[in-house]
Amino acid sequence: MRWYTKLILPIILIFVWEVLAILIGNEFILPRIESVIEVLFRPLANIFGQGSLVENSAVSIFRVLLGFLIGLLAAIPLGIFMGRSDAVEEFVDPVIQVLRPIPPIAWLPLALAWFKIGLAGIIFIIFIGAFFPVLINTIDGVKRVSRTWIETACTFGAKEAQLLSKVVVPAAMPDIWTGLRVGFGIAWMSVVAAEMLPGTTSGLGFLILFGLNIGQLQVTIAGMIVIGLIGLGIDYLMKRVEMRYFSWKGLEK
Amino acid sequence: MRLCVQHLTKEFTGTRGERIQALSDISLDIEPKEFICLLGPSGCGKTTLLRIIGGLEKATSGCIAINSHHVSGPDPMMAMIFQEYSLFPWRTIRDNIAFGLEIRNIPREEREKAVKTYLSLVGLTEFADSYPYELSGGMRQRVAVARALAINPGILLMDEPFGALDAQTRNMMQRELLDIWEKTKKTIIFVTHSVDEAVFLADRIVVLTPRPGTIRDIIPIDLPRPRDRTSEDFLRIRRFVLSLIDETMAKREDL
Ligand SMILES: Nc1ncnc2c1ncn2[C@@H]1O[C@H](COP(=O)(O)OP(=O)(O)OP(=O)(O)O)[C@@H](O)[C@H]1O
Ligand SMILES: [Mg+2]
Repeated sequence: MRWYTKLILPIILIFVWEVLAILIGNEFILPRIESVIEVLFRPLANIFGQGSLVENSAVSIFRVLLGFLIGLLAAIPLGIFMGRSDAVEEFVDPVIQVLRPIPPIAWLPLALAWFKIGLAGIIFIIFIGAFFPVLINTIDGVKRVSRTWIETACTFGAKEAQLLSKVVVPAAMPDIWTGLRVGFGIAWMSVVAAEMLPGTTSGLGFLILFGLNIGQLQVTIAGMIVIGLIGLGIDYLMKRVEMRYFSWKGLEK
Repeated sequence: MRLCVQHLTKEFTGTRGERIQALSDISLDIEPKEFICLLGPSGCGKTTLLRIIGGLEKATSGCIAINSHHVSGPDPMMAMIFQEYSLFPWRTIRDNIAFGLEIRNIPREEREKAVKTYLSLVGLTEFADSYPYELSGGMRQRVAVARALAINPGILLMDEPFGALDAQTRNMMQRELLDIWEKTKKTIIFVTHSVDEAVFLADRIVVLTPRPGTIRDIIPIDLPRPRDRTSEDFLRIRRFVLSLIDETMAKREDL
């Protein structure tokens, strides 16, 4: 596929958007592209007293990183533990299976009840979003570590700590990384949703809802585009890391 | 390094709780620096015996001793080479070979020295920084041999290490292994189901019978090395060992 064939559809969509916007002629339903671009091209400008695009992005990124970090610090060790021990897995698995299908957003009421409005509630939602994909992929990865690799290490006299650090974790790392990628994607969606909580006054989620409330949909759309680009950018970076460090997985056999 | 196996028995419990007698009353004395081949048809317990010696599996009864000290788990004097692919794909060849030394917390300079020595011994110096997927099957098994040798074990346990290789590579690897054995003078216990391989390599061939695995016979091979596979003596011994194996198989069919 040539690079320019990838541009055809976006150009058509933008064109259709612009035509529709002109035909509708109501910026409270669909703003013109120019007004959205104006917002995007002034990322440092204060938007109606609510901070700039960059400031609000930074707030969201900070929140998501914090929640994500807590999530993976909990999920990876637990996943390794569950993957290594059938007894632990049997013990914990039923609870995981029940909690896993509950979408992070469904925890919003409890987040409000427990943490009131503020950082902690948002972090909690992100934590929930990141936790399960990382956990499930870590368990799978650890369970799939070849028995021969483990036995090889055992014949060299490896103790459990060495087994973990030199065989299990490196061998499971491609799967764990997949979990991190999926988990980050969900965490990023969760942060935007959580920032729409009443009482939140910053972040991209807040900003796009604020745009609606003051009748400035161009702010909403610009915010959505930034949300998409940041999500894409981070996934791209994580994919690069995957290709750089875990490509051995695909190249085997 | 003298290895002594006494009255070794192994029973597995099958998935339906039934008992599978894999080995029955195996006794075997292996001299230092001896090259022993364990030979027998598929399912006769060769791998099981080797894994018990290597400490990866517990015997149901009987015992194993090295120089009269009792073995009850992976022993630092032994290193194992598996039939299947056992290299760590996320490590370079260099780091694969250093693995056992790392586990033993050997300092870096020493590790590097050992890696250099054994890389050149198996003729892969120029692949030090490659990854396993860049190597052919034969080269990978050479790395596995180098990795095992790097910890300087007294005994090498090898489970059909060349089983997955094509005939030519296999013959070449056998010659190389004998070279290495002559240079390093390890005791080698080598599992195979190829009569040809066993007669080419071994000082003594231990022939096992299937189900339960017992020792049918121990055959010393006095042919001088390098052995000529087409020589009269070689063929005679080969025929003899083959007939032994056929006999054990026939007996089983009678049952
Ligand atoms: N973990 C296990 N559980 C139950 N039975 C086992 C187990 N491992 C081996 N066995 C049985 O023990 C017997 C010996 O198996 P083993 O793998 O030692 O044979 P082998 O001589 O190495 O065969 P091959 O030449 O095919 O590798 C077989 O009948 C096998 O089914
Ligand atoms: Mg076997």
